[in-house]
Amino acid sequence: MAEYLLETQDLGISFGGLKAVQHANIKIKKGQIYGMVGPNGAGKTTIFNMLTGVYLPTTGTFFLDGEELKGKTQEQINHKGIARTFQNIRLFSNMSVIRNVMVGLHNQPQYKCSFLTSTFRLPKHFRVEREMREHAREILRVFGLEEERNALACNLPYGQQRKLEIARALATNPKLILLDEPAAGMNPQETADLVRIVKKIRDEFDLTVLLIEHDMKFVSTICEELTVLNFGTVLIQGDTETCLNDPEVIKAYIGG
Amino acid sequence: MAEMTTKKNRFQNGKWKNYISYIVIIIFLAILIIINLTKGLGFSDKSTLPRIAFSCILAVSLNLVVGFLGELSLGHAGFMCVGAYLGCYTANVLRTSGNIPELVTIILSMLVAGVVAAVFGFIIGLPALRLKGDYLAIATLAFGEIVRCIFKNLPFFGGAMGMSTKLYDGNTLFIIAFITLLFVVFCCQNLINSKHGRAVVAIRDNEIAAKAMGINVTYYKLLIFMVAAFFAGMAGVLYGATIGTIRQETFSYNYSIEILVMVVLGGMGSINGSLIAAAVITWLNITLQSQLSGALAPVKSIVYALILIIIVVFSNAPAMKGFRESINPRNWRKKTEDAGKIKNDAAAWDRIPTKIRMDDPLSVDTRTTYADSPVPPDVVVKNRDELYVKEETGKEEE
Repeated sequence: MAEYLLETQDLGISFGGLKAVQHANIKIKKGQIYGMVGPNGAGKTTIFNMLTGVYLPTTGTFFLDGEELKGKTQEQINHKGIARTFQNIRLFSNMSVIRNVMVGLHNQPQYKCSFLTSTFRLPKHFRVEREMREHAREILRVFGLEEERNALACNLPYGQQRKLEIARALATNPKLILLDEPAAGMNPQETADLVRIVKKIRDEFDLTVLLIEHDMKFVSTICEELTVLNFGTVLIQGDTETCLNDPEVIKAYIGG
Repeated sequence: MAEMTTKKNRFQNGKWKNYISYIVIIIFLAILIIINLTKGLGFSDKSTLPRIAFSCILAVSLNLVVGFLGELSLGHAGFMCVGAYLGCYTANVLRTSGNIPELVTIILSMLVAGVVAAVFGFIIGLPALRLKGDYLAIATLAFGEIVRCIFKNLPFFGGAMGMSTKLYDGNTLFIIAFITLLFVVFCCQNLINSKHGRAVVAIRDNEIAAKAMGINVTYYKLLIFMVAAFFAGMAGVLYGATIGTIRQETFSYNYSIEILVMVVLGGMGSINGSLIAAAVITWLNITLQSQLSGALAPVKSIVYALILIIIVVFSNAPAMKGFRESINPRNWRKKTEDAGKIKNDAAAWDRIPTKIRMDDPLSVDTRTTYADSPVPPDVVVKNRDELYVKEETGKEEE
């Protein structure tokens, strides 16, 4: 058991001559809600993409629970326990809400069922489908989306689509969940609701949360520790209060 | 009671659509068998019916790739070609090797054809499915032509002259063909309406998100490609048994396009649509061929193309869409429900004394109070509280 759930060592990537991220050393303890902030183009989403296998880091590596995950494919990294949401919502928009979550449940070992079993409708298929549906409903209940379960995902209001994306990521049974601007486009009411939900899933599902957010009020309410990035390098790391009051951070954000 | 509700829900969810194709095919087949037993079908009908059946199989299987997986494949006739040649070759070998019943021969050869076609699907799919959109279409198109040219130049399979195989008995071939079609529809529908089908549709909807959810994209793309190839191979054997001589020029690029036309006309991702479109187009094709012969033969393609254009234009016309919506029984109920709901809502809102009347926003009615106003049935309670609080504070300010 490693001391940190996620540990990145000198993580960096460059696209041609552009060094998008350099020397990122992030250490997240188990059960933490960890924030990553920084102005636009600071490399936050790029770090997410490296952690989920979309990009291969050019330097450095990262470990989840002591296991090196660099070089694994997106699917493998998801199976190892990192799930994510996207900055611009990527739901399966032509599927119903509950089916979106059931896609997330697809790879859970208890719902293993070969395609021949499904094609010839053996009893196992019906059992698996029923259990998946129940499980998905339970997850939706946490997010207050149970009533909307049969609506098409694209017909949900924006705030609920964000929640559904988190629900779907949660369905893959991750150890670490990466939320890319979860509160973007939400009204204050919905944001307050989101704070409650993120804390609740952290406690109930034994999760660690790493999130990117621009809403400083949200960040200061929810995050225990922060990494502030600017121009692809780490500006400051530490507990939230210190980071947000740091003159360098204020300068990077407000300019000056 | 609980049983009743689940049944009702099943119909409300539109799952009846899954069963209707089986029912229609079985009734159609039963009628044909009865006609054949009493009056006897004409010779042309006996060859038309299996052709309709294998066209339906081809359209349904291609719909798996194009409609559900969302990848454009233009080499479907290539898989059919592989199946036809190898399946019929197997049948020929089986016939010479001993007295195996014809029914067993054709079933075995269909299985062999399916497996070989699926293997080809795997070999082609593994490199080609890394490509996207137009590039995959070109790669599969090339595959179809390559396969055709290989069989053309193999003396083993009759070369350019074609390979002859035994015609199957016309009185039972259409029954076998339609039962095979039932099997294919059963498999496709079950595969799509399962967790695997959900994964496939997820890949079509958003491949990046599907990957991030841990869906093995390569596996599912290959699986669907191979399943589609398997069924196309089976259709190839039915083709051989109907026509008697397998000629490689049948499986040209044109035939792949024709299957694609069936899928597109029937609606991407709609198995029932593919069945209807395949049946109509095949029937149209055969009828035109027999009606416009001799000097009129060149007109055939023009008439065929014109009819296709007319179908496409009309099926997408807004008025036609509206008509289809209006004749869909599910929408009738919805419409009356909606109308009733709107009426109820309006009545409920009318009962609430509002400060501002919607028909005359300038008239502010200050006499009514909010304390004892009736609650409209469709207003969510938590919103109501919010509304009242807001209104009351507003009043205080006055």
